[in-house]
Amino acid sequence: MATGSQDSPRHEKFVTGIVGVGLSDVERTVPADEAPPLAPNAQLSQIGKPTPRWNGRAKVTGAVRFTADIALPGMLHGRFLRSPLPHARIRAVDTSAAERHPGVRAVLVLLGPNGAGGATSVSAEEDVEATRRNEQPIALYAGAAVAAVAAISEQAADEAVRLIKVQYEPLPFVVDMDDARAAGAPVVYETLDVQPGFGASGLVSPGLTLKGNVRGPAGDARGDVAAGLVAAEVVVEGEYRTQVQTHCCLEPHGIVADWRADGLTVHISTQFTAGVRAELARAFGLPLGRVRVIAEAIGGGFGSKSQLGYYGHAAVALSRKAQAPVRLVLERHEEQVDSGYRPATWQRLRIGAARDGTLAAMSLLSYGTAGTAIGAGVGNIAQRMYTCANFDESHYDVFINAGPGCAMRGPGNVPGAFALEQAIDELAEKLGIDPVALRDRIDASPVRREERRIGAERMGWSTRHPAGAETGTIKTGLGMAQSLWGANVQVNSACEVRVLRDGSVEVRSSVQDIGTGTGTIIAQVVAEEFGLRAEDIVIRIGDTDFPAGAPSSGSRTAASMTPPARNAAYQVCRQLFALVAPALGTTADDLQARDGRIVSRRDPARAMTFHDAAASMRTGQIAVVASRGEDYAGFRGRRGDMGFALNDLGGVQFAAVSVDTETGLVRVKRVVAVHDCGRPINPAQIESQVQGGILQGLGYALLEERVFDRQTGLIVNADLEQYKLPGALEVPAIEVHLIENYQGFSATDVYGIAEPSNIATAPAIANAIYNALGLRLRTLPMNRAAILTALAAGKN
Amino acid sequence: MRFSVGVHGLRARMSRRSFLKGTSAATAGLAALETALTPAGAAAADDPQVFGPEPVSITLRVNGAARTVAVEPCATLAEVLRGPLNLTGTKIACNRGSCSACTVLLDGVPVASCSMLALDVGERAITTIEGLANGDVLHPVQAAFIEHDALQCGFCTPGMVLSSAALLERNPQPTAEDVKAAISGHVCRCGTYPHVVDAVLAAAQARRG
Ligand code: FES
Ligand code: FES
Repeated sequence: MATGSQDSPRHEKFVTGIVGVGLSDVERTVPADEAPPLAPNAQLSQIGKPTPRWNGRAKVTGAVRFTADIALPGMLHGRFLRSPLPHARIRAVDTSAAERHPGVRAVLVLLGPNGAGGATSVSAEEDVEATRRNEQPIALYAGAAVAAVAAISEQAADEAVRLIKVQYEPLPFVVDMDDARAAGAPVVYETLDVQPGFGASGLVSPGLTLKGNVRGPAGDARGDVAAGLVAAEVVVEGEYRTQVQTHCCLEPHGIVADWRADGLTVHISTQFTAGVRAELARAFGLPLGRVRVIAEAIGGGFGSKSQLGYYGHAAVALSRKAQAPVRLVLERHEEQVDSGYRPATWQRLRIGAARDGTLAAMSLLSYGTAGTAIGAGVGNIAQRMYTCANFDESHYDVFINAGPGCAMRGPGNVPGAFALEQAIDELAEKLGIDPVALRDRIDASPVRREERRIGAERMGWSTRHPAGAETGTIKTGLGMAQSLWGANVQVNSACEVRVLRDGSVEVRSSVQDIGTGTGTIIAQVVAEEFGLRAEDIVIRIGDTDFPAGAPSSGSRTAASMTPPARNAAYQVCRQLFALVAPALGTTADDLQARDGRIVSRRDPARAMTFHDAAASMRTGQIAVVASRGEDYAGFRGRRGDMGFALNDLGGVQFAAVSVDTETGLVRVKRVVAVHDCGRPINPAQIESQVQGGILQGLGYALLEERVFDRQTGLIVNADLEQYKLPGALEVPAIEVHLIENYQGFSATDVYGIAEPSNIATAPAIANAIYNALGLRLRTLPMNRAAILTALAAGKN
Repeated sequence: MRFSVGVHGLRARMSRRSFLKGTSAATAGLAALETALTPAGAAAADDPQVFGPEPVSITLRVNGAARTVAVEPCATLAEVLRGPLNLTGTKIACNRGSCSACTVLLDGVPVASCSMLALDVGERAITTIEGLANGDVLHPVQAAFIEHDALQCGFCTPGMVLSSAALLERNPQPTAEDVKAAISGHVCRCGTYPHVVDAVLAAAQARRG
């Protein structure tokens, strides 16, 4: 029970632990205005239930409006002119013919002697470009935006773009990471001025050396790796390559910008309305209050829609120039060429261990390329997943003439896991220890231990045969791998809960729902507090006219938004209780809300309906804004508003494959995925998201690859035909199991799931292929050609 | 010369050649096609009628109503639905026939509306996602999509729903494999396929009662 006065922090007892493994009480200090501890899900009515999606009906009837569906009166259509060359100095841009086109209302040169510069975004990857553009107009990759046009129709805009004349001076180029590392390779950047920030795969350090196209090393070290390797009884070492994966959001990037004298309104497909608002205010010199950003529906983001982007900036500039709203939506080709991607990597990983499996040392060298962007690292999974006193890593970024990469679901740790989890599998084989048993020895996480236990049982792991033991043409195999991701929190994320006099409950926040179901879980949490049903709660989100919410990235939205939603609802409830307590002849402390009623705990006969209570309000509404504080037990680190919680997110995946040794076709038959996200709020939505993570991982493992023609510097598969995505026929049977893991860290104890679900899939499949063939594939994608080549070579 | 392909309802009035002649000035891709379709030296004199580049007035049967619109001859069905008809539930994700996001039903048959000219629709009845429910009562497939959480971002969803509804019309008792085959042309980057299969099987069950 709560102790202490209303205004000082309270000490509260939380039930913590893994349900099914063991629960115990932990005392934590809770701010005075936050709700008391929440019972485990089994005792709740809305939380932990597979509530239907808040906007499901709008989505299945076509009523929901994505950015390209917005049409404003007098709206113009924007279109880019893009460089046809992979590296070229821009000598001149002549827009006169385009400006004379009768349908054209504005033309902007983004990249040219007469250009304004296209990039103003604050991200590290785009800063690099901005610096470059301001110094000298050079198109750094084929597809770089050179100019933009706004016209009365898409057709007119297309015509006008073709009327722009650009004088390019071709420069030598390089589109392959190995080529770019070689001595004498064409140089992408002569100099670089890098600001600290988030790059394509995590934090970027300033001040590293740039030699040719190679920048680095960034790294980390602990203990004494050399001594550890000497002491090791067994050493495994391997080189791994991972390819570029593009986000392929089904909804292309798009924006409708409406610049007016009294302010700017923007509809944009974004993962962070509040962030885009801040970028716009900075870039265009407007006060925040004059910028409104709206995202009613977002057709996927996966990391590629976290910022305003060059296209957003250009659309706003066009709208300002044309004095009319401008809609600019990228075409699929532009999506594949210039909207970000997961960087490619090369890794050499060396692990030494004692005979009993104890890790003696781990050493990781990596190169990665995010094209013209920085931060193509391999995450922190090798550094953190297993207990190993001696560790070092060095990472180098390699620049090539390709569009900038950016964060993609599980950035860094996805390629990192492909190497680490195969190396651990290889080590287990060499030690003669089962891979699950080895991890039980070297992985300190109690959550993953339980996940391995459940997964192994469900997959029938004990039936796994020795590697390459089968003799037929089609060989089957089982493999497993683990995931690690930070439990991230956006501190200060806010939302408002209001009860109206007719008993309506509204939640308002700028937070967006990119398909993860953020709106649904907020409704569930608020409904739980009010004793209502989730469908009774009106969700108003995706609009910066409301309190500033969290970004939908870094798997932090649920962890950031559900606590303030619950705390705001709790405070509204307290006010409502105080209002009706005299009428019920009791005190506010004695009241609780359940089943649509406000009821006395002492005497359940003293009760009134929630509607009657609301009707007794003197004002039209009771409204409270709450924001996310720090975790009750603190953070292990913090950067700006981003807090890194003490726990990590885990997840263990098991895969069963068959490999046709004549055709090279790999079929993933079954995936068992066991995951944790603190307190699960909506198991149906979590299952959906985990399935999505697995399928993106399956595409990464077997199918997807961006292919450059090294002679022309062009991408040859910038489409959805030759860039192969998994379809319904590639889908394995997927079983998702969720761990309930309570820690008493916040008012809801919720953490994310998007990224952890995407990290273990590719290495689990790779380990299963190894089990089937006795051959280890260390290069992605493991497509038919790769399998047949490995079989022909017949060795590791 | 006259081509018998495609142009339902307009066949009496126009030939493919005249149509192409009308639009080739505006559309480089079609100009190339015209060259390919026209035998060298073929006389165009047998059909003097030329369509476009000005808009042509056509009547489409959309979701049970006749809608007369002026369309450019080169306009795709998806463009006409989303633009002048304001039926934005039809999505464009690739605009070249590789993802099925733009699926609509023509006389109950799923087609990629991004890859079909509006002029080619003719008399066929168009069902878009806005026209699938019966007033406020959702189609069983729509209801099952919500129930089984067969949507995430929802961008592929209208097309998935329409193909699934068409499947149940032609095969009221599909197996999971039938459902997968029916949606195999649909790209869903969020990875909803497993729940879509669950939903469509449940909808089939619900329809049988
Ligand atoms: S938009 Fe028509 S098939 Fe992709
Ligand atoms: S639900 Fe997002 S693409 Fe299918």
